[in-house]
Amino acid sequence: MGFNFSKNEFNQLLESLDQEYQIYAPVRKKKKDSFSANDLITYDLVKSLEEIELTAKSKYSAKEIVFPIRETLFHFVEGEQFMASDTDDKYIIFLRPCDRNAFKRLDKIFLENGPEEDIYYKRLREKVKFFVIECTTGFDSCFCVSMDSNTVESRDYSAFLRFEEDGVSCEVNDQDLAAEFEAQAKEIDFEPEFIRKNKIEVNLPDRDKLTNEVFEHQLWTEYSQRCIACGRCNTSCPTCSCFTVKDVLYDENKKSGERFRRWAGCHIDGFTEMAGGHNFREEYGDRMRYKTMHKIYDFGERFDFDMCVGCGRCDDVCPEYISFSKCINKLSTIIEEGV
Amino acid sequence: MSFNTKKIKKNAFRITKDREVTALRIRVPGGHIDAHYLSLIKEIADEHGDGTLHITTRQGFEVPGISFADFEEVNEKIAPILEGMEKEIGVEIVDPGDGYPAAGTRNVSACIGNRVCRYSNYDTTELAQEIEKNIFPNDYHVKIALSGCPNDCIKGHLQDFGILGMIEPIYHQERCIGCEACVDNCKKRVTSALSFEQERVVRDEQRCIGCGECILQCPTNAWERGGQFFKVVIMGRTGKKNPRLAKPFLKWASRDVVISIVNNVYDYIERHIDTSLAKEHIGYIVDRTGYPQFKEEILKGVELNSECEIADKINWNGYQTGEKI
Ligand code: HEM
Ligand code: SF4
Ligand code: SF4
Ligand code: SF4
Ligand code: SF4
Ligand code: SF4
Repeated sequence: MGFNFSKNEFNQLLESLDQEYQIYAPVRKKKKDSFSANDLITYDLVKSLEEIELTAKSKYSAKEIVFPIRETLFHFVEGEQFMASDTDDKYIIFLRPCDRNAFKRLDKIFLENGPEEDIYYKRLREKVKFFVIECTTGFDSCFCVSMDSNTVESRDYSAFLRFEEDGVSCEVNDQDLAAEFEAQAKEIDFEPEFIRKNKIEVNLPDRDKLTNEVFEHQLWTEYSQRCIACGRCNTSCPTCSCFTVKDVLYDENKKSGERFRRWAGCHIDGFTEMAGGHNFREEYGDRMRYKTMHKIYDFGERFDFDMCVGCGRCDDVCPEYISFSKCINKLSTIIEEGV
Repeated sequence: MSFNTKKIKKNAFRITKDREVTALRIRVPGGHIDAHYLSLIKEIADEHGDGTLHITTRQGFEVPGISFADFEEVNEKIAPILEGMEKEIGVEIVDPGDGYPAAGTRNVSACIGNRVCRYSNYDTTELAQEIEKNIFPNDYHVKIALSGCPNDCIKGHLQDFGILGMIEPIYHQERCIGCEACVDNCKKRVTSALSFEQERVVRDEQRCIGCGECILQCPTNAWERGGQFFKVVIMGRTGKKNPRLAKPFLKWASRDVVISIVNNVYDYIERHIDTSLAKEHIGYIVDRTGYPQFKEEILKGVELNSECEIADKINWNGYQTGEKI
């Protein structure tokens, strides 16, 4: 069902949805990025259309709403354990097609990888409705078309929205919400549109030709010189799902404490640390290789699509100007030409 | 040839080694200049000077080789500079065609600041211009320079007032991934103000100098840019008697406090300057009255922000140039 809203009507819709949902969208936080006077584009709660940032890509993705950066798993007191309490909140998340597709990757990892579902992820994920922001022009570093994540099927969203000069046109695909949309707007025909060509095109290497020899290629040693292991490519990525688990005993009472998990990233020191201080990947180039393989090879071998969705955030945030799309293309050329 | 050398000097022209040859000093408040002014400066250097320019330590230009006979004509030519670079930012200039109204208070210089530099905590040029507006024109000899962060690239530590940008870093544990990049960096490059305890970062507020490097290091924006503050170091100098580095006077001072204390300097000088000397520099006046007196007078009427720390005593040391090395 398609609808058209004036800006006012859309704000009324948001106001009524706000009664029942926590509405998250990309926002512009004035002068809050790391460098002084720069704006931080990131996810936060919104109440009106005007707060939603539609002209710039967010530095971090919506991942952190469903997979929090630091999440308490359980509390323990005097030998007893209590699972961290669940929330009653329900969420609506505004996001672009690549980021919606990123959640498909997270769903695989947290819900379908191995015999157990991740209950912490699941209980948040079940409370989310996606409002996809139509994206037909993308940004300079995007390569979602190459990663096949430029489109979204209608079953994967509650609403699909086109933001226009004087209002919002959209499609609703969710029985829970249809009535609210109908109450606020007039019905129209609506057909979602998707970007069909990015400025950057990526050629994925042929899986069958990817052999162990490429592990030793000097492509990776170059990244050892360039990467500083800051981990920004991991933390900004909507599909990185690694975490580590830690316990803390509270200062005030050492018999009580909590077990929590928090994001980890394969570029960051300590990621592969084992007993005795051994590390699998001391060299930063090896970490780049590992990440690359995970994003465009290993994951795809296990599930039916690649992990990377081509959002380009890792390119945008790298302080050393390392481009992941360029890396994939270099790898493909090497493999095509024979290692 | 007969003219009043004092008047000429006030007008930002120099009495040079060569008789009847002068040099014009052009101020660049905040050290940042619209490039088009360079064509005008070039024109003056070509037509009235010897075709060369000297770039001064205080970020101005000096145009050498100008004949004294030309000086009124040169003043008329630099009118657009006084108009655009002084009057525009609020400096009181009665007639831009009369040249610079004073030269005592030196150009307020600034490092490149956050228009370019990743470390800077604020727009140094903007604040330098605000200060220039408040204190210029003035005949008293005061040197002020602004740095974006405690790296102090403009060398505020060699000025009467060095104003260094600080930022309050606010930690959000819920965004921290415990990578300890901020902790390691503060240890290696700054003051070891951070430690990692109980799976969270702890900041020792006494050691923290508000440089903001932790904010820059963090891969998750777990450190938020909090309030904007300044460190003010005072009475550094070179000179033939007792060169010395400036010492901290205020830490975590607000922008308003910085502006007010600089404004108060001139009344203090007025009260204490030894007029028998050609132009006593403020540092020597402070040496004479002592720091407590200076502190009392300069803070008079200033509404200090609650975070602001003030030095109890200051001992500059430096060295006496006449001593055997
Ligand atoms: C030199 C001796 C050891 C080596 C080389 C080693 C190596 C490893 C490796 C490769 C992993 C998998 C890491 C991963 O999946 O990312 C692992 C996990 C683990 N090891 Fe060891 N290990 C050693 C000794 C020990 C010892 C002595 C203990 C216990 C006392 C231990 C307890 C564990 C546990 C609990 C895990 C699972 C951690 C997790 O899943 O996060 N290991 N070890
Ligand atoms: S690897 Fe880079 S381009 Fe791919 S999903 Fe992650 S951040 Fe986006
Ligand atoms: S292994 Fe690295 S690339 Fe893969 S999900 Fe984990 S952090 Fe991301
Ligand atoms: S963002 Fe760049 S420098 Fe930082 S870890 Fe990733 S590739 Fe290395
Ligand atoms: S750099 Fe950021 S994420 Fe890393 S320890 Fe410091 S605050 Fe935490
Ligand atoms: S602001 Fe500078 S001194 Fe203070 S904690 Fe951060 S890095 Fe350390």
